[in-house]
Amino acid sequence: MYKIVVLVKQVPDTHNITANAMKEDGTVNRAALPTIFNPEDLNALEAALEIKDKFGAEVTAITMGPPAAADVLRECLYRGADKVILLTDRAFAGADTLATSYVISEAIKKLGKVDIVFAGRQAIDGDTAQVGPQTAEKLDIPQIGYMLELKSLKKDVIEVKRAIENGVEVVKCKLPVLITVTEQTNTPRFPSAKKVAVYKKAMTKSEINKIDPNQSYIDPSKYSEEYLRNKGLLIEEWGLNDLKLDPSMCGFAGSPTKVYKIDSVVLEAKETKNYEPTFEGVSTLIHELIQQHIIG
Amino acid sequence: MPNFFTENEDRLFQFNNLDIKEIVEIIEDNYKQAEKYDYAPENYKDAIDTYKRILTIAGQICAEIIDPLARSVDEEGAKFKDGEVEYAHGTKVALETLKKADLMGGTLPRVYGGLNLPNVINNIIIEMVSEADASLMNIYGLQDIGVTINKFGSKEQKDKYLPLFCSGEVTGAMDLTEPEAGSDLQAVQLKATYDEKEGVWRLNGVKRFITNGCADIHLVLARSEEGTKDARGLSMFLYKRDKDMKIRRIEEKLGIHGSPTTELQFNDAKAELVGKRKLGLIKYVMSLMNGARLGVSLQALGIAQAAYNKALKYALERKQFGQKIIEFPAVYDMLTNDKLDIEITRSLIYYTSKLVDETEALEKIIEEGNLDRESLTKYRERLKIVSKKADTFTPLSKYYSTEMANKVCYDAIQVHGGTGYMKDFDVERHYRDARITSIYEGTTQLQVVAAIGGIVTHIMDDEYEGFRNRAKGHEGEFIDVYEKLKKYEKMLHEAIEKVQEKKEKTYYDYMARTVVDMALLIWFAYKLMEESKKSSKKSMLARKFTVERLPVFEALYKKVMEADETTIRNYEELLGIKI
Repeated sequence: MYKIVVLVKQVPDTHNITANAMKEDGTVNRAALPTIFNPEDLNALEAALEIKDKFGAEVTAITMGPPAAADVLRECLYRGADKVILLTDRAFAGADTLATSYVISEAIKKLGKVDIVFAGRQAIDGDTAQVGPQTAEKLDIPQIGYMLELKSLKKDVIEVKRAIENGVEVVKCKLPVLITVTEQTNTPRFPSAKKVAVYKKAMTKSEINKIDPNQSYIDPSKYSEEYLRNKGLLIEEWGLNDLKLDPSMCGFAGSPTKVYKIDSVVLEAKETKNYEPTFEGVSTLIHELIQQHIIG
Repeated sequence: MPNFFTENEDRLFQFNNLDIKEIVEIIEDNYKQAEKYDYAPENYKDAIDTYKRILTIAGQICAEIIDPLARSVDEEGAKFKDGEVEYAHGTKVALETLKKADLMGGTLPRVYGGLNLPNVINNIIIEMVSEADASLMNIYGLQDIGVTINKFGSKEQKDKYLPLFCSGEVTGAMDLTEPEAGSDLQAVQLKATYDEKEGVWRLNGVKRFITNGCADIHLVLARSEEGTKDARGLSMFLYKRDKDMKIRRIEEKLGIHGSPTTELQFNDAKAELVGKRKLGLIKYVMSLMNGARLGVSLQALGIAQAAYNKALKYALERKQFGQKIIEFPAVYDMLTNDKLDIEITRSLIYYTSKLVDETEALEKIIEEGNLDRESLTKYRERLKIVSKKADTFTPLSKYYSTEMANKVCYDAIQVHGGTGYMKDFDVERHYRDARITSIYEGTTQLQVVAAIGGIVTHIMDDEYEGFRNRAKGHEGEFIDVYEKLKKYEKMLHEAIEKVQEKKEKTYYDYMARTVVDMALLIWFAYKLMEESKKSSKKSMLARKFTVERLPVFEALYKKVMEADETTIRNYEELLGIKI
């Protein structure tokens, strides 16, 4: 049975932006926006679940975020994830992609043998598309970006059709691998009526203490950590100490990215150029990239 | 994100005021099922919360997946190729999505993998599916076949077939109609003979107009008693699709194109008897039909909602004479009346669904046999009243909702003007889809026949009294109306006496629909006033209803009391015919 990890993120719903969506320092004011399951992470989850349906797999969804991010993990359980883990710690706050991928990769290492890591191409809040690739680097495993279709999965070899500029390519890779998924890859399934009835009761330890017995259908006296664990309803929380992390590499402290200033940029579509896959073609490309100060 | 549940104010209102505590308690075995099944609720709050979540998922699927595909399903239709039916692409996607979301087997017990939902909750799903794609409801709603097997089948049959319904692996069909047996099912001729050698039943004959005849599991009404000619010679059989049943053709229809209507030929097809011989029509089909009639009522309601939504949207966008057409009294007259009709119909159907739930819950308690003599008598008496009410309210629902849907769709095209007559807009599809609802599973005229019996035996008196008692002391702004309705109840009694006093049944039959309308008018007025306690919008609708609709009652009363027989005596001459 394959072991699959899916990286998911709770993001502000950027479709419903209001005036106070941004803080004065130019970072996202998460408190002012409703949160949703990052759309392309749903595609990543679906990719994992399709493998589970077809080949058999144990699917673990992990997210890094505040305690409220347990919501997206429940959404994963509603759709068929087997296990979910919330990476949460005050020390993780303010993380850029580098610090985030550090925490996530360490969490994946703690899970032991993993065959495939699926991640959404990018999150709609930062649009960086960096966490997936950085995680692969830190795990020292190959990565395949922009998966369009799973062609085959035989033992430890996966064959994937991926989108590239102006076309597609089919690549083969040995497991383990990290694959990023886009909205084009698949249609995410809806929650299952039965699973919702079960996993709506799944919660983290800190959530147990917040149950309001007058509002809730849950009897808090019955719900202990032990009780939830026995029923398979405990959402595990891993923090700095659980992962034995270096605090200087986590959260704000571990994030070299600093917002300098915010500009309103209107993106203009530019023409695309083709370079032949020959020695001359590649050197022309590199030359132009150096000239335009993109590399070098 | 669009959602047919969370974005429909009236559905939410009805859901939030359901009050089904006792029913849920009984069907959940006092919440003991939670010990056995992880997806069973632990208490009433838990149950309601789960229902809400399930309806939200269904509402999202209907709005995001099924509704956008409905136009293509209508255009493509179910196809007939090489003796086999192929659903339209959109139908396949919709069924697969519902199946994956575990929304099959709604009311079936958990032991078979069902959701064990009360009918009233499952019916909201059926209504939303109909709003999204009316033709899909026929296939989705035919899970009723599973419900009938659960009610009357043997343990072996249930164990074997119900898990397949719950997982969505199979769909069902009910094979009743034949070329010479439509409304009159007593005339069914398809033959069932017992094959002594193999110890099985064999079916031979033809069925016509069979919805979803390509289904895997069929319930077939057949004549098992040779030489008989009436209902007492008919039994019900379970047939599992194999090569011995041929689909001869599928019909080209006005609407519900996604739903294949087939003609079937059974050639010595192996089948199992369901329940007891000779009870096929008398008991089992009657029960199955009641479920199906409620299903069609929900289908009609869903179509009406879809047509109304589109008409309202159009009326807000379209400008003529320098203003939005919704601002013209003649236009908002239509739309406010349609809204009123949709909402009173929803109240009627949900109430009927609750009666069905209550009937089944009481039957369950009595059957389980853990009652002392006194409570047993009490429950039996209650069951007698409630089941009689359910049997009357089901045809009332079907009668009213399907006629209503036809009218609302008519108005929806009217609001669109010439544009609505074109295929570019959805309302012409809704209009075509609505048309069948007042015909199949018993025409409007037959629903009146089925309902009038309950009305003349004063089944409504208990209803009206209940409304009055609950309102006592806080009639508020409607105090005059309550007084008036008391008077109307007396007038209804007089009208009932009038139609019964004549020796010939002709006048009774002729006036049946009028009397049914009178009874419904009073019920709707009471219901709306009761609902107005919980919502100011309902209070407006109640006022509109009592001012604009209720006066018709007196005209209907006069018509009955006049006892004029001009039409009855002269219809042949009037039509210029001789029978």
